[in-house]
Amino acid sequence: MNEVADKPLDIAGKTYQSRLIIGSGKYKDFQENLAALETSGAEIITVAIRRVNLGQNSDEPSLLEVISPETYTILPNTAGCYTAEDAVRTCQMARELLDGHKLVKLEVLGDQKTLYPNVTETLLAAETLVQDGFDVMVYTSDDPLIAKRLEEVGCIAVMPLGAPIGSGLGIRNPHNIRLILENASVPIIVDAGVGTASDASIAMELGCDGVLMNTAIAEAKQPVLMASAMRKAVESGREAFLAGRMPRRLYASASSPIDGTFF
Amino acid sequence: MHVTINGNQTELDDDSSLHQLLQQLKIAEGRIAIELNGEIIPRSQFQQQLLSKGDRVEIVQAIGGG
Repeated sequence: MNEVADKPLDIAGKTYQSRLIIGSGKYKDFQENLAALETSGAEIITVAIRRVNLGQNSDEPSLLEVISPETYTILPNTAGCYTAEDAVRTCQMARELLDGHKLVKLEVLGDQKTLYPNVTETLLAAETLVQDGFDVMVYTSDDPLIAKRLEEVGCIAVMPLGAPIGSGLGIRNPHNIRLILENASVPIIVDAGVGTASDASIAMELGCDGVLMNTAIAEAKQPVLMASAMRKAVESGREAFLAGRMPRRLYASASSPIDGTFF
Repeated sequence: MHVTINGNQTELDDDSSLHQLLQQLKIAEGRIAIELNGEIIPRSQFQQQLLSKGDRVEIVQAIGGG
């Protein structure tokens, strides 16, 4: 069926059939998260690194006991970090707790209200982490120059926002995403802003290599059903991109032949 | 002796190791990482690494996040 055989997504030398990456925040419980993960088809899932709750019941399972690092690629993030130093420290802790795992999602935030990335701190952290041997997937603004710079310092994937984290506003500036794609030689993954299935399709139709989302699934009224919708949206957007869309025209173009009419 | 664990003052026996600390706190050694006074301590050293008065220990795990 496939006229154009798609290549799998390559992240740090590992290939993935799914181009959807999901988060593990805001779910009702681990079981709902796991059900959404399985339904979404995603093979990579983000996690946050936080203090162990000292009073917690040691019989309660931890996230990684429910969502196994043997089955899924765990992508630790640096969410909540506002300085390069904190982000680097968080990645180092993540590497230790995941037994030397090098893949991380770097995000250094600049503002609590917008959660917009602080790109200067992000660049500093990226340089340090790359030198320290990490495979850095970096969350950034949709600025094409910063995206290119992050690639140049050695990030293995650049992840521009479509809209602020958790806003569900969709891809606010598709033109910028296009500009980033034009210059990129690493995977470009839209991270943040997706609200519903069509947003994910738009990102993929633009030619993005993948989409990362958390709230769009976790905060849906039925997260598992939305996970299914997102799987299809990412796949259909990808196929539409590979198929190559028809040109936009100002006027109509008849679908039925003009010749042979009998009236 | 007093040490600070994840921001909380905690009373420990003198010369407790990180391993003993985790036992006291009922924390499994599997999927955690520990920083002692800003330095990451590899899991393989939890037995040998002794704590001193005033130490700051951070114990972290993976939780849900996007």
